[in-house]
Amino acid sequence: MNRTFLRLIKIAGSYKLWMLLAAFVGFLTIGSSIGLMMTSAYIIAKAALHPSIAELQVGIVGVRFFGISRGVFRYIERFISHEITFKLLAKFRVWFFESIEPLFPSKLAKFKSGDLLTRAVSDVENLEHIYVRVIAPPFVAILVLILVTFLFGSFNLIYAVIVLIFFILAGIGVPALTYLMSKNTGRKLVTLKSKLNELIIDQTQGMQELIIFGQRENYLRNFKETNYEYISLQKKMANISGLNDSLIGLFMNFAVFFILLNAIPNINNGILDGVYLSVLALGTMACFEAVLPLPTAIQYWEQSINSANRLFELTDEKQSEIKEIELTPQPENFDIDIRNINFGYNNDTKVYNKLSLYIPENEVTAIVGASGAGKSTLVNLLMRFWDYESGKFLLGNEELKNFTQEEIQKYISVVPQTTHLFNLPVKENIRFSKPDASENEIIYAAKKANIHNFIMSLPNKYDEWIGEQGLKLSGGERQRISIARALLKDTPVIVFDEPTADLDSLNEKKILELIYELSESKTVLLITHRLVHLENINQILVMHGGKIIERGMFDELLAKKGYFYKMFNLQNNLVV
Amino acid sequence: MSRKYLGHFILFVIISIEESFGMHVDKRLLKLPGNIKSNLIVTIVFGLLVGSLTIGQAYYLSKIINDVFLTHSLLADVSNFLILFLVISLLKAFAVWLENFYSNRLATHVKDLIRKNLTSHLFKLGPAYVKSERSGEISNTIMNGVEKLDPYFSQFLPQLFLSALIPLAILFFVFPIDALSGIVFIFTAPLIPLFMILIGNIAEGMNKKQWRILTRMSGYFLDVIQGLSTIKLFGRQNDIKKKIELISDSFRISTMRVLRIAFLSALVLELLSTISIAIIAVEIGLRLLNGNLEFQPALFILILAPEFYLPIRQLGVRYHAGMEGTAAAQNIFKILEEPVKISSIPESKADLNLNIDTIKFKNVSFTYDGNRNAVKNISFELKPNTLTAIIGKSGSGKTTTTNLLLRFIDPTGGKIFVGNNELTKIDLKKWQSQISWISQNPYLFHETIKDNLLIAKPGATEKELVYAAKAAKIHNFIISLPDGYNTLVGERGAKLSGGQAQRIALARAFLKNTPLLILDEPTANLDPQTEFEMISTIDFLTKNKTVLVIAHRLNTIKKADQILVFSGGKIVERGNHQSLIQMNGYYFKMLSTLKGLK
Repeated sequence: MNRTFLRLIKIAGSYKLWMLLAAFVGFLTIGSSIGLMMTSAYIIAKAALHPSIAELQVGIVGVRFFGISRGVFRYIERFISHEITFKLLAKFRVWFFESIEPLFPSKLAKFKSGDLLTRAVSDVENLEHIYVRVIAPPFVAILVLILVTFLFGSFNLIYAVIVLIFFILAGIGVPALTYLMSKNTGRKLVTLKSKLNELIIDQTQGMQELIIFGQRENYLRNFKETNYEYISLQKKMANISGLNDSLIGLFMNFAVFFILLNAIPNINNGILDGVYLSVLALGTMACFEAVLPLPTAIQYWEQSINSANRLFELTDEKQSEIKEIELTPQPENFDIDIRNINFGYNNDTKVYNKLSLYIPENEVTAIVGASGAGKSTLVNLLMRFWDYESGKFLLGNEELKNFTQEEIQKYISVVPQTTHLFNLPVKENIRFSKPDASENEIIYAAKKANIHNFIMSLPNKYDEWIGEQGLKLSGGERQRISIARALLKDTPVIVFDEPTADLDSLNEKKILELIYELSESKTVLLITHRLVHLENINQILVMHGGKIIERGMFDELLAKKGYFYKMFNLQNNLVV
Repeated sequence: MSRKYLGHFILFVIISIEESFGMHVDKRLLKLPGNIKSNLIVTIVFGLLVGSLTIGQAYYLSKIINDVFLTHSLLADVSNFLILFLVISLLKAFAVWLENFYSNRLATHVKDLIRKNLTSHLFKLGPAYVKSERSGEISNTIMNGVEKLDPYFSQFLPQLFLSALIPLAILFFVFPIDALSGIVFIFTAPLIPLFMILIGNIAEGMNKKQWRILTRMSGYFLDVIQGLSTIKLFGRQNDIKKKIELISDSFRISTMRVLRIAFLSALVLELLSTISIAIIAVEIGLRLLNGNLEFQPALFILILAPEFYLPIRQLGVRYHAGMEGTAAAQNIFKILEEPVKISSIPESKADLNLNIDTIKFKNVSFTYDGNRNAVKNISFELKPNTLTAIIGKSGSGKTTTTNLLLRFIDPTGGKIFVGNNELTKIDLKKWQSQISWISQNPYLFHETIKDNLLIAKPGATEKELVYAAKAAKIHNFIISLPDGYNTLVGERGAKLSGGQAQRIALARAFLKNTPLLILDEPTANLDPQTEFEMISTIDFLTKNKTVLVIAHRLNTIKKADQILVFSGGKIVERGNHQSLIQMNGYYFKMLSTLKGLK
């Protein structure tokens, strides 16, 4: 058995009994049709001999019973299997969240693409079908096979062997054959599909370029060829899988043929009662129903295994070793002192090479620089999303590495550059940072972040749903909610990462006033590329290429006529 | 039973099936070129052939069993029938495959045709139609929407006809043999589609509700995974984990409550067909007993009984494919039936003096959807080899103006002239070949960097490429990549930053080297050194060209020969920097509020 599959089963572990039960009911469903066809054949064959009606009674009861039981079993089976499907999906979701959460973000950074997690979510969803379409069909088929072997074996072992052979040929041989025939095509299809997808995106997003550079005909020719190649392969796949129905039917008829071939002489010799000839023939036909879902099971098996492999690739990332910390450090104050730290996201490129800086409490410190200068990396280190390689990073004279992430979160809150708003009411989105906050605290934070009036203007005020599926907010509104969230937490250190990037000048001014106000009792770090309203800031650090190249107050820095001065002039050059 | 009643019932069967499924036949799909109908008919004919062979098989099987069982024939006596049974089985297997083959051919033809039509029609609709917010939806229609037509054509449509035809064919044989069984068939068969309609209506409402619940659940999970960074920032991971469990559980319970009833439809359908088989078995059994029926026809009917209900049940299974197919067709035809607004003049009639003459906008207006004026009565001139800057807030009509000049859209009022020629009378391709255009977000194709440059000048030499890349100050970056100029761009290759994409666009403009240049100045926050380099590159590029620039920088504006100030789709002020300052109007106010912030 496949290792990935076993791991999946292990995760699904606690529902094993349920799965067995559902498979058993699925077997009873098909068993009922076999029963229906065999008893039906029995009563008409028996009736042809004109016996008394009493002799038919048992058969008639059987026919009635199976006629009803099939529908009832089908209903029960669908019910249980859906219950299992939902339970499994919940289990997979929790498992995935549990495994991925400790790895985020540093251990997952190498899977750079931003939509990686989105893709993972659809991979989790792909596992939805694993019970109904992958696990159940072979189980049911095996149970049916056992039943038929006993039923037919009770007449004559040969009949059981015949059905067994063709059942296995149809159930394993045919799907295996079509699977092998289409394996290469399937692989090519995946590559071509992504190529076609890229071409489509090239047109819908790059149409202006295609037109201006006169590439329309080239593109259309290229698209036509790729599309034709793609759908020709799809056709080939479909023609191969068309063999499934065709061959399974053929093997069923072969089984009937060979049963007849063996049973007819037995009847002639009087070994077998002629009544049972039709019973055997119709029973053979009915049991092949169990074979029909097997070819699709293989396809879904492959799809599930591929999805699971991608998920395991993520979750198998090694967690960073968590050092046992004997004593919880108590910071003496909330100064941040960085001395000669080195850091790089990977081995090839260094972000910081011996970076040193000092951020005193009860002041605002600003770090300015162009995008890519290494400003936001400081936040990642501060929150211990990543760990620096060497040097000292002190919070209140205690080495940062001695704090757990949970403890750091008690002292530091961050207004991140891009914020995620959950599909929740506005109120709950703000409360996210402090689950036990009262309504009053939330409103207070919202007022401070200058978003209260906006929220009150919403139809449902603080109960308005926002996020992906709720009300769409502008960048500035999102940012102010994010600020309210951080303020609510009320930590001694607060970091603003580009808080005014999406704000209009009025709100920008208000937020900067708030930042000054907060610094009366907190350590405030402002990371920004906007060089406005910085006149009163005690310390501005200019970062370039991961180094602090200038420091001082606003006027001092302008007087230096260095890098800061250039940045300032460039920004003033920007008109609209 | 008179034939009249039989006719009525058959009609009832067909009408009820048509009613429940007919709404999922989009006539526009059947009218597509390329023998859609004849291909569909071939598929249906093979489906019917399969049905007929099934009937033949049932006949010979019942014959063999009858002869052996009742007339005590020996194996040798029935060997001919056995061989016929085997031959029919082989033919049936072949026919099943051919039915599948022709339905695939039909689906393939449709997918090929519709994808081609969609892409070429999109070009005619132009970039203004494929606006960025809509591009995802359109891509999805071309890829996945078209794919939904596959099961529609290969499964649903043929089945729609076969589910009526095969039962009819079976009835055709059963009726002469045993009218009573025929009547049982006739009475029960319409019950299936009838119940499907009745339950279908209830179940469809429920299915929709269930679907909403399910999407909300997956929505929640996606939301949580995307917000992982925020969750960790505030240390809420344990609460969230518990919440996933809790929500999954409550969603499961409410979904199952819905499904419990929705599954009843399946129960009823199963019951109808199995109970019908049971009724037939008992009914023919009892008449056999009384000697009112022979054994062979009775067995024949019994073997056919499951086959009679099978096509109708299969239609139920494929109902979903029909629903999805018509929904996809709606989206597809929404694009295909969108009227083309850009006029294209055949090459022969077109004439254009290759020297870009003065370009004149005369009272030009453009309306996007009939009511919202993007620009209104704008008039201005672009003189050869001058630089014109347009400024204004977002939404003031700047982009619409450049789109008009690029002919991504044509004016809905007024005219644009190039020299004495009206722009719409000039061959579209020739005109666009005279323009270089650099947008704020240049698009790089999923190809190599080299190919991305070559589209600007197909057939350019290696030397020319390197020259252009050097001029755009991107050469050093390119050769630092592992595969240099042959590095793939996009998901499977290198991801370029906005600034790097800008430079590729600049390099393209150097390669294309046209007399007219349209430029949307980049606003990205670059470091001063990079920014100075960009500015000097652009200066170099714009020399001796007619330039229209959407300006964001004071330097550029000061250099401009002409400044057009846009507000609310109109040109509110025009002149050069000096004259506009002296005017003491909108422009002056705009600059001074900015100063106030500094």
